[in-house]
Amino acid sequence: MRRILERLEALDRRIIFVFIFLSIALPLLLPVNMEFSVTPPVKSFYDAIESLPPGSKVLVSCDYDPGSMPELFPMNVAAFYQLLSRDLRVITIQLWATGTLLTERAMSEVLEDLPDKEYGVDWVDLGFKEGREVVMVSMGTSIPKTFPSDLHGTKVKDIPIMEGVNTFDDVAMLVNISGGLPGTKEWVLQVQSRYHVMLGSGCTAVSAPEFYPYVQSGQLVGLLGGMKGAAEYEKLVRRPGTAQRGMDAQSVSHIIVFLFILIGNIAYFSTKGMKKRLKV
Amino acid sequence: MPLSETIGIWLGAALTLCIFSFLYRDNPFYKFAEHLFVGISAGYWATLEWHNVFLPNLWEPLTREGRLLLLVPFAFGILLFSRFTRRFSWLSRWSMALIIGIYAGIAIVGYGSGDLILQIRANLLPLWTDSWLTSFNNILLTVGVITGLIYFFFSKEHKGALGGTAKVGIWFLMISFGASFGYTVMSRMSLLIGRVLFLLKDWLRLVD
Repeated sequence: MRRILERLEALDRRIIFVFIFLSIALPLLLPVNMEFSVTPPVKSFYDAIESLPPGSKVLVSCDYDPGSMPELFPMNVAAFYQLLSRDLRVITIQLWATGTLLTERAMSEVLEDLPDKEYGVDWVDLGFKEGREVVMVSMGTSIPKTFPSDLHGTKVKDIPIMEGVNTFDDVAMLVNISGGLPGTKEWVLQVQSRYHVMLGSGCTAVSAPEFYPYVQSGQLVGLLGGMKGAAEYEKLVRRPGTAQRGMDAQSVSHIIVFLFILIGNIAYFSTKGMKKRLKV
Repeated sequence: MPLSETIGIWLGAALTLCIFSFLYRDNPFYKFAEHLFVGISAGYWATLEWHNVFLPNLWEPLTREGRLLLLVPFAFGILLFSRFTRRFSWLSRWSMALIIGIYAGIAIVGYGSGDLILQIRANLLPLWTDSWLTSFNNILLTVGVITGLIYFFFSKEHKGALGGTAKVGIWFLMISFGASFGYTVMSRMSLLIGRVLFLLKDWLRLVD
């Protein structure tokens, strides 16, 4: 028994890697579609968008990179889908340079389902702007001056959707897909608290605990935390995507991590007790 | 599928496997992928900054519209490069002072109004409400905030009642660290799911 426990305590990390890989690959190959419920922060994010009257303009800032794509891309797609299918007008920007290509890709996926949506009328991409918080503050003064042209170089005054959009007062809601800094925290601190615009966020699971207090205080109307949040949101908008697909793998891998933590602790405390007894 | 996309998928899969090979041990395949990533990232960022920042924000307004005032930030930008020489490196402090000053100003206003005041207000909750669950949550939150703050009160030794309260604060902090760790595990697993799904779906076509 002692030998087994000592072996478990000194288990080669590569064995753990193999188990983790299998716990992810097998559920993807053989999905069982485990049930999961929708949590209140995700529901309130969805409800906030549902409550907007058709034709309202929503600013979506896609601030992430391919590194956080498995978590954020599905929620980006689902958000575009909900906004456009509800006949809301989408104005996208990026404060991360790498967000530009991902925004284009997310939008092109949605446009396959909603081919009647027209660029410049139903949605526009104002592209990337360097300057982090300075860009946010500048947008509070003037959006057309901060983004004088769209991604393709067309002047904003020539884009129909941008008519009447000058400051945050002219957008009904702000949605931020956040991979880090600048992201949701900066949008809350620099924009929501100053201009009191309705703000919803989709963020990585790592950042979610930091942002839940903003939901509790009402500074965020809703929060999609990580792949789980994205899966719940996909369920609400009734457009299954990669997040829902990853939920089986996520659940099984968590069970494996939990078991290894448990085994490791049992082995550690048992051998510690044995060593103490041997010393006595 | 176009040939360029197929090549892209095979390259992506090969580089993913090169990176994963580090899990076994450090090896030349991992090193190759790592150096390739660093090199491409540096080139990508340099090009991006040139086209997205330098040309539209400075060069074009300066040369096409004749906005000579932009020479001032341009000069401050150039001063940053003085850090490469020991003799003139002090000149870069002017630019750094400007950058730090602006960012500090923006951050102080944001943190003051968005974090400090609004978060304090959000913690001023009624301890007794119509719903017992809300009352319980509010009491828990208030106790957590007070004991957590007491733990960070270092002007008096943590003994007696103060020590006991600080210990309760530690428990609240530990639980919050546990929650953060759980979320971090979830996040890392999500990234692995993304990569494995890419290998199984886009590369091997084992799943739809």
